[in-house]
Amino acid sequence: MSFAFYVVAALTLAGGLAAVLLKNLVHCALALTVAFAGLALLFLQLDAQFVGFAQILVYIGAVAILVVFAILLTRASETPKSSEIFSRTWLAGLALAAAVFAVMGWAVLQAAPGLPHVIAAPTVTVQEIGAALMGRYVLPLEIVALLLTAALIGAVIVAMHEKEGAR
Amino acid sequence: MLEKADQIFVLLLHWLVGFLPAGWQHGAGVVLCVATIVLLYPALFAIAVLLERKGLGRMQNRYGPNRVGLFGILQPVADGIKSLTKEDIVPYKADALVHFMAPLVLVVAVFMGFAVMPMGRNMVLVDMDASLLFFFAMGASTELSIFMAGWSSRNKYSLLGAMRAMAQMISYEVPLLLSSVVIVMMTGSLSLVKIVEAQNHYSWGLPHWYVFTPWGFAGFVMFVIASMAETNRSPFDLPEGESEIVAGYFTEYSGFKFALFFLGEYVGMFGISGLGATLFLGGWSAPFAFLSWVPSWIWFFAKVMAWICFFIWVRGTLPRLRQDQLMNFAWKFVLPMTLVNLMVAALWRFMGEGLLRWVVCSAIVVVVYAVMGRVEMRRGRLGPRSYRYAE
Amino acid sequence: MLGEGILKGLAETARNFAGSYVSRERLTTVQYPEERVAPIEAARVFPFLVYDGADWEAGLRCVACQICEKECPPKCIYIEKSKDKKPDYVGKLQIYPARFDIDVSVCMSCQICVEVCPFEAIKMDTEFELATDNRFGGLLHDRKQLAKSNEYFHTIHPTEASEVDARLAEEKAKVEAKAKAAAEAAAAKAAAGAAPAATPGDKPAGGGE
Repeated sequence: MSFAFYVVAALTLAGGLAAVLLKNLVHCALALTVAFAGLALLFLQLDAQFVGFAQILVYIGAVAILVVFAILLTRASETPKSSEIFSRTWLAGLALAAAVFAVMGWAVLQAAPGLPHVIAAPTVTVQEIGAALMGRYVLPLEIVALLLTAALIGAVIVAMHEKEGAR
Repeated sequence: MLEKADQIFVLLLHWLVGFLPAGWQHGAGVVLCVATIVLLYPALFAIAVLLERKGLGRMQNRYGPNRVGLFGILQPVADGIKSLTKEDIVPYKADALVHFMAPLVLVVAVFMGFAVMPMGRNMVLVDMDASLLFFFAMGASTELSIFMAGWSSRNKYSLLGAMRAMAQMISYEVPLLLSSVVIVMMTGSLSLVKIVEAQNHYSWGLPHWYVFTPWGFAGFVMFVIASMAETNRSPFDLPEGESEIVAGYFTEYSGFKFALFFLGEYVGMFGISGLGATLFLGGWSAPFAFLSWVPSWIWFFAKVMAWICFFIWVRGTLPRLRQDQLMNFAWKFVLPMTLVNLMVAALWRFMGEGLLRWVVCSAIVVVVYAVMGRVEMRRGRLGPRSYRYAE
Repeated sequence: MLGEGILKGLAETARNFAGSYVSRERLTTVQYPEERVAPIEAARVFPFLVYDGADWEAGLRCVACQICEKECPPKCIYIEKSKDKKPDYVGKLQIYPARFDIDVSVCMSCQICVEVCPFEAIKMDTEFELATDNRFGGLLHDRKQLAKSNEYFHTIHPTEASEVDARLAEEKAKVEAKAKAAAEAAAAKAAAGAAPAATPGDKPAGGGE
């Protein structure tokens, strides 16, 4: 575990904690973005370039923006009246996070004995990922693609109906 | 000698780093490269701003700045001094921390993109496997800084500008990525260095740039359009439409922070131009085989500057789009075109060498473009404006 | 086909770009401090006080009636009346402005002061370079700065100045004729020898209040 790991891990944790604890929703969203960025850096540290950059592209470039749009469009972005910085529901958020962490930790611990104890750094190139997606995992990929297309069409239909109703 | 001129910066770096003890050399080299990039692009930014002001002026039959220095060449210096000495105003109700962070995040994200840009033969800071993805990831992070700027200012114009900018950037990121995917399909690599190398060979003295293929040309046109929108350049500069929302998301910025936004915008333009030149115009490779002796970095920067000049030219020509026109154009014209282009590229790949694939692929691209353009114009989405009540 | 108009537009701007280097007629900009457009007679920028003769203080037409001060919409004129009197252009004794200040930063160049002045004393100037580095004193023009000769008025607004001169001359002639008639009448009366010594002087049309 290098020094860089601790710095990045601390950043990620701080971002995640701030996302749970802060009162202002937009601040929470921005803190969540910091956590995403820290996660991407952790991936990069593990030499998983593709996943790391995909994390940045998808989570910071799209999911964070989506969250922000959702907050702004639901009038929750108004500044809270009280001068408190921290959210009052932080206990619930923390409990939820702890529960998720417990489940994930349990899953990881259960799976750990089955993993090969290879220390050598894997050299997975983007090309290999691409080949694997197009070869061995083509069926899951296509199913996911179908699902996403269905979601896209569904979103368009919802939007279209709303527009007709407005007229 | 010519070989030396081509590699002058690489040799200079090795020479400078040679003075340090062996353990420090790598780190010092990286720092030196980063410092060069961070200094070089603001200098180019100054030149580009001057070019833009002079060029736009001439297109409108004006002189442009011609007072500071000979023919006004010191105008960027004067502008810089002015913005440095201006008061830094933060609105009373603004979210001070986010307001402060926004320009920094923008500039950092924008500069990060140059880490993977091959600016000449052997002149790339990090040659990674997924460099194209890295560039787009960094480009996507700039959106967040725009939101931060718009939201933290507590100003309706800022927020409106930020929302516009985000909607626009997300919409045009899709065609931008899809038009570049064609190149990845053909090269079989996400590495920008490999993409340039794949284009750097000649037949009959002419280069094998991707822009000289039917799918490459179509992708190039779509990339240019999407890159203009992505960098908020006119005619897609709605996020800072002066006539409606003052200055968009940086309305509440002044002094050096405003200068940082301005810098970020232009450096983003250089980034996207450099990427476009790398993907479609052969990066640092010479346009003719007999010009290969000219140092490679000259070609790269010449292509970037030519791209910037084209941006300026378009800015001087086209009026701003309306929001619905912008969205219609992105989703109903550019995106389908890039999808068709993907298919054409696949066809090109599997048809094998020969004249036939040229004819078929060009025909598909041209016919789809013409038909789609005609249909869209007839529906009044892209054609001349028609007013329902004003006439 | 889609995009034709864009190409046409690009060609047009390119033509402008190249043309501006070739033909100077395209560039309509006047490079101001070195080049200037010819003075325009109809230009009206900022009021000034007209004086006759060589001495500005003695020749001021203004009689400190304060009409302009009252009429000025942004209230940029400040007048202080003098205690003593001096003769005006017809030779009648009048009070004069001991102070006459106009604030440049307040004046909106509406020309109402010129229109209401019954003495043709205040007129509009064409001087527009009124910028100053002194924020307080420099923007408040006193009567010395405001006083400009009738000859200057002739150079900037020749038509209006000659009309004004004609009107003043006519008035003066009328007054003189009247005075002459009065004098003649007095003389005739004196000659007749029946009337008492003198009629009271010419005080029919007072100035200010």
